[in-house]
Amino acid sequence: MNPQTAILAALAVPLAGALLIGLAGRVNDNLRESMTLLTALALIACVWSLLPEIFAGGRPGVRIGEVLPGIDVAFRVEPLGMLFAAMASGLWLVNSIYSIGYMRGNREKRQTRFYVMFAVSLAATIGIAFSANLFTLFMFYEMLTLSTYPLVSHKGDPATVRSARVYLGILISASIGLLLPAIVWTYAAAGTGEFTEGGILRGHVEGPQVGLLLGLFVFGAAKAAVMPVHRWLPAAMVAPTPVSALLHAVAVVKAGVFTIVKIIVYVFGVDFLFSEPSSGWLFYAAAFTIVAASVVALRQQNLKRLLAYSTVAQLSYVVMASAVLKPLAEVGAAMHMLAHSFGKITLFFAAGSIYTASKKTELGQLSGIGRRMPVTMAAFTIGALSMIGVPPTAGFVSKWYILAGAFQADNYLALATIILSTALNAAYFLPIVYMAWFGKDVTPAGQQHGEAPTAVLLALTVTAVLTLALFVYSAPIYELESQLVRGQP
Amino acid sequence: MTGLEAHLPVLQVVVPMLVAPLVVLLHPRGLAWFAATVASAASFLLAVQMAGGVLAGQVYRYALGGWPAPYGIALEVDAFSVLLLLILTGASTLALAAGRASLDRQIELHRQPLFFAAWLLALAGMAGILVSADAFNIFVFMEISSLASYVLVAGGPDRRALPAVFKYLIMGTVGATFYLIGVGLIYMMTGTLNLADMELRIHEVADQRPILVAAGFITIGLALKAALFPLHVWLPNAYTYAPHAVSVFLAACATKVSLYILLRFDFVVFQGNLAGHDAQFAAFLMPLAVLAILVGSAVALFEVNIKRLLAYSSVAQIGYIVLGASLVSVPGLSAGLLHMFNHALSKGALFLAVMCLSTRVGDLNLQDLSGAARRMPWTLAALVVAGLSLIGVPGTAGFVSKWYLMTAALQEGLLGWVLVAVIVLGSLMAVAYVWRIVEAAWFKDAPAGDGADRPGEAPLGMLVLTWLAALSNVWFGLVTQVPRELATTAAAILLRHLP
Repeated sequence: MNPQTAILAALAVPLAGALLIGLAGRVNDNLRESMTLLTALALIACVWSLLPEIFAGGRPGVRIGEVLPGIDVAFRVEPLGMLFAAMASGLWLVNSIYSIGYMRGNREKRQTRFYVMFAVSLAATIGIAFSANLFTLFMFYEMLTLSTYPLVSHKGDPATVRSARVYLGILISASIGLLLPAIVWTYAAAGTGEFTEGGILRGHVEGPQVGLLLGLFVFGAAKAAVMPVHRWLPAAMVAPTPVSALLHAVAVVKAGVFTIVKIIVYVFGVDFLFSEPSSGWLFYAAAFTIVAASVVALRQQNLKRLLAYSTVAQLSYVVMASAVLKPLAEVGAAMHMLAHSFGKITLFFAAGSIYTASKKTELGQLSGIGRRMPVTMAAFTIGALSMIGVPPTAGFVSKWYILAGAFQADNYLALATIILSTALNAAYFLPIVYMAWFGKDVTPAGQQHGEAPTAVLLALTVTAVLTLALFVYSAPIYELESQLVRGQP
Repeated sequence: MTGLEAHLPVLQVVVPMLVAPLVVLLHPRGLAWFAATVASAASFLLAVQMAGGVLAGQVYRYALGGWPAPYGIALEVDAFSVLLLLILTGASTLALAAGRASLDRQIELHRQPLFFAAWLLALAGMAGILVSADAFNIFVFMEISSLASYVLVAGGPDRRALPAVFKYLIMGTVGATFYLIGVGLIYMMTGTLNLADMELRIHEVADQRPILVAAGFITIGLALKAALFPLHVWLPNAYTYAPHAVSVFLAACATKVSLYILLRFDFVVFQGNLAGHDAQFAAFLMPLAVLAILVGSAVALFEVNIKRLLAYSSVAQIGYIVLGASLVSVPGLSAGLLHMFNHALSKGALFLAVMCLSTRVGDLNLQDLSGAARRMPWTLAALVVAGLSLIGVPGTAGFVSKWYLMTAALQEGLLGWVLVAVIVLGSLMAVAYVWRIVEAAWFKDAPAGDGADRPGEAPLGMLVLTWLAALSNVWFGLVTQVPRELATTAAAILLRHLP
């Protein structure tokens, strides 16, 4: 398959899959689930077939057409987008396996709509990852927001619809209210919105305008959940667990930080932004979010809410790393995107597994659960260690690069933030792990339970193994992402 | 230009106007509808034909009865006229073709021939306004179209339409009279009614008080007919209580035709001649446009009837169009004209979807929609697509014109940023009011024991045409060349006096 075909196929496959899943849903459930898995496999084949080309330094692209003069719908694959797409497509497969176990185990309603919208949101994700300019990116960014809304509001009861409204309200308001004006401004100032190595804005905006424009971009991409636009993330906790995994690991929040990193690298240009003092606030905003979200996470009693605030903090790691504005830190940002995905999806899978097996959601109920659900809690432990950043997990590797980048920039505040947040992470994850393994079993009589369904366990084992594997096998990722800041190791 | 092509401008009026009296005689069931639809479709084809010619650089001029301008009545079709003609005839054809089942329910059989005759007269009148190059002729056609549309609005079974149409009639007549007074004053001073001639002759008397008064009368009279805030009060009830197919037709084009005259008069006749007219025009219209956007959207947020909600949204959208024009720059005016086209697409599709809903849902209030998506998924999916276009989500037509509008506003410096903020705020409110419909229909369960016995989807033909309209929003969101070119050419024509 030549790269151009592969790009188009990667966009078309999930959409075609959505159609087939919808049709199969009318026939029977097994056929529908097979369709989902087939579509996921086909997507992996398309996306991953691009890897060799990108490793070799190729930047394949497709131009679909011109919407307005100078504004194209176009796609171009570069290392960051490649990583994002490869990760999203890979995790979708795992997530689909998990979904089958979870949705059946919990006898959820409207499963066909669920699988269809999942496929559509994957198409949007691939579109974001491969987009060649701001306009295309924005188009798919909005598509992702809209296609995940039915997933978040899946349960359909009034409380859920209210939370989903917060989700949609914040994401859409921020994107139309801030991101869109930023994009229009960029096109008006630079005359283009193409993602170009070294950026496009140098010489077109200057002084305080740079900081303002950066602010519009960062808070406009509310999916990255930099405080104060993070509120949608805890609100979205009402969704079924596979959806939480989609939000936190596969697509949505990653689309947010991806957008920010991409804009910093390809629209502003790292060097240009580094030379503009007015962009400095981003670093502090991200550092603040890391610490504040960790403190809030400390006080949570609900497992999923705790994980949500942990995500808010971890996302700001990516944003902070990219705001350090040094090559190694940008690599660290990309790496952390991946590492956090593996770790967080494992944690969510574990939370969903616990819910499916026992309907437990609060931290206090988890005491002693490790002896009932050893596989689940082993995976949870690995995920938690990765969040803290302990070897041998993925989280350690990415933090290493971020720290290295901070040293490059002599940024000791970044150092301090990372150390403080590591301590906070340990403070809220380790007690759970300890309690689960060594605490007294508190399951009331009459609610005895064992492990979750096999599909669920299979999925979370895979992601836990991936979390460990990334620790020993991070070299290719480094090689790929160092192309992002080529020529300046 | 040879043969038939030379007569295209006049055929645009003649076809519907001649078919109208014939339709009255067609009593067998469905025949009147069929004849009206065919006549409307023929008008649409004529408009498409002329659009092709205009895009190739042609301007159609026609001297009625062979009397040359400025003595006889002249017709002229340029990019601006043809853009509106496409909207007008397209909306009429779609509304008629899709609306058969709905009209059959709402209009008694024996009154149908009269109703369709009135429809064709409204079409002929508005088409006449768009092709005329003569101020008084425009007034005549305006009266024809207005009287016919009063009949259309009042033609349904809803008795609340009667007070609504009375208000519409009073306000419409006041507007038309103001226009006539203005034209009379200009005629008194220049002795001509031909727009092109007026443009030349008015120069000598431009500083005289009657001309200034005429400019005021014409602008306000037409703003009234165009439902520009705060002169919009006739519009919501008229759209709400009209038969559903009529709502589709009028919502897509009626106010835009009045805006057409307003813009043509102000830009072509006054702009180059009256000192400081552009500054006055902007200072008068821009605040009203901003208020229209903000107030119209805000009221739509709280409406419970879907048709009223959409009607107030129209008030806001007229604001966007006028905002573009009030920038008095080629990019701004192009954006406004493009928004005319794109708003017609989205609002037309929305009202078509509402018409589909009306065949199955009793009252069109939000709470009656609960669970409707379970029964009518296709209708409501089309409504979502058109709603996204109304919001201005990228990939839809609504986005293109808002993008243009923002880009044009940004050229105005600090004021531009305020306008961008207004546009953004309006869009956010659009998200909220569109989402109220979506949420009610898709994410609320139907009340127990309700709806199970009712049939599912709307009639197939209506549904297919609704989807055609919805998908055209996506099509013109991605392939924007034709409307864009017409809009920019039209803006260049209107602003030819700009230094």
